[in-house]
Amino acid sequence: MIAAPAASASVPAVRFAGVVRHFGAVKAADGVDLAVAPGEFFAMLGPSGSGKTTCLRLIAGFEQPDAGHIEIFGETVEGLPPYRRAVNTVFQDYALFPHLSVGENVAYGLRVRGVGRAERERLAREALGLVKLGGMETRRPAQLSGGQRQRVALARALVLRPKVLLLDEPLGALDLKLREEMQVELKGLQRALGLTFVFVTHDQGEALSMADRVAVFNEGRIVQVGPPEEVYERPATRFVAGFVGAANVLSAQEAAALGAPARAASLRPEKIGLIGVNGVAPDGVAALEAEVIDVSYQGPVRRITTRTANGHVIAAAVPAAQTVDVGPGAKVRLAVPLGALHPMEGEG
Amino acid sequence: MTRASLPLKIAALGGLAFLHVPLVFILLYCFTTEERSYAFPPPGFTLKWFGVVWERADIWQAVGLSLKVACLATAVALVLGTLAAGALARARFFGREPVSLLFVLPIALPGIVTGIALRQAFGLMEIPFSFWTIVLGHATFCIVVVYNNAVARLRRLSPSLIEASMDLGADAFQTFRLVVLPNVGTALLAGGMLAFALSFDEVIVTTFTAGQQSTLPIWMLSELIRPRQRPVTNVVAVLVIAVTFLPILAAYYLTREGEAVAGSGK
Repeated sequence: MIAAPAASASVPAVRFAGVVRHFGAVKAADGVDLAVAPGEFFAMLGPSGSGKTTCLRLIAGFEQPDAGHIEIFGETVEGLPPYRRAVNTVFQDYALFPHLSVGENVAYGLRVRGVGRAERERLAREALGLVKLGGMETRRPAQLSGGQRQRVALARALVLRPKVLLLDEPLGALDLKLREEMQVELKGLQRALGLTFVFVTHDQGEALSMADRVAVFNEGRIVQVGPPEEVYERPATRFVAGFVGAANVLSAQEAAALGAPARAASLRPEKIGLIGVNGVAPDGVAALEAEVIDVSYQGPVRRITTRTANGHVIAAAVPAAQTVDVGPGAKVRLAVPLGALHPMEGEG
Repeated sequence: MTRASLPLKIAALGGLAFLHVPLVFILLYCFTTEERSYAFPPPGFTLKWFGVVWERADIWQAVGLSLKVACLATAVALVLGTLAAGALARARFFGREPVSLLFVLPIALPGIVTGIALRQAFGLMEIPFSFWTIVLGHATFCIVVVYNNAVARLRRLSPSLIEASMDLGADAFQTFRLVVLPNVGTALLAGGMLAFALSFDEVIVTTFTAGQQSTLPIWMLSELIRPRQRPVTNVVAVLVIAVTFLPILAAYYLTREGEAVAGSGK
């Protein structure tokens, strides 16, 4: 786990202090504070319209804050246009220049900086090699597959050795297999180059598997920042519990009824087990009578949606082999380890 | 594909003939020996009118003036039309739609209205009618053609390309030169050629904005009244067809894969 950034002596790669950006009545960023550590793989996770993309564009310079302060490696960047910032972006639609070859696309940033032809061709070749596209220099973007275009976009940004690489839903347009490949590769590249990556996604799986830390956005604000395990295991609010991994949320009374402290709490479906009708719950595990309303097979687990006696819906993810005979209408007893109940601070 | 029925074929042929037979007559009477009236069939064939055209200074003056006007009007239109398109293609601001309508209006207005409006405006501002007033008059509708072509292409250009260019370190000027221009270049070329062709054969606006100068179309109009050397106008007409047809054809091929050449109807 990467150390928490703010307290360390090093200057944050990206720092937001009370950043506000409104579009008319829409508060895209509504007082965002964050600090991304140098060398960190930082994910901004949230549903569409939560402000994560606006924050990325604020770092890139495509948007300027209405209020607040933004620093990149200690340098104040408010008012600086994108071309004066030491950050580069991999765009969601890749934004490759259709009239230029792959090599020219990658060399574009060097060209506008006045790097000589031979030198920029050498650097472009090197960058393309880095993303495993060596030898593709003369192709046109239109001749490439989606995955290859993504790699060109990556090479084009990396060739400039940015202080921070911004990735806007970088894997959104790829199919599942490619996406998993690219996740591993991106992570490897980031580690090898030691660069700071800030990436935006609405896919919680992607955020959890790639990032050192995740910031969860909702309605223009960051509702929780932390390492993936922390965000997943101990969601700070109802929203985080629901958005990251679809946790059950118990009200204070329901928690109390199970013998836990009387506070709203989240409960991950996979923490819940089933006890046979006559079985006895071990110490520290509460048994909860419920009726099955739906069962869906998901490969390694079955997701069993149940309704408790007082009408509350609770989902459990149970290893598929243990639940062969469970069907809708069946009475079950849910085993809820009290330690798995995580009390939440906010109600947001 | 079903085959066209016979009546349909006849109708299509009739339509084509209606459009093009007059042009055949223009060509035919370039070579007639009779100079006062056109009789059919022509009494004899000669190439002497080409020689006559070659030697007449007034024709070459008119051709030269028309070419100069068309070039300048096209140049003005390329600069102003592209700038206007750049401003209006993507920006959102209050009154954007009315403004873009105002840009296209000159091509929808009858030329006679444009002409009289310009004439009165020049008169009120006490600008003497000259070569430059003709250029300005032509530029009013040439801008529309360039604007229409450029705006259509700019709207298809992904906005993230411009952002990507800026992100990679290019300032606004470099982005325009290295990304925008290469992507709208053919649209500008097509718009420019069309503008050139429109200007080259313009009569109405020219009549109202010219001083003593006569452009080629004006010269032809005045020539029709004269009884002698009639085939000379035919020879010149054929030259005009050649000069205006080629750029229009080129514009058509350049934009065929893209959008239609908007505003080609003037």
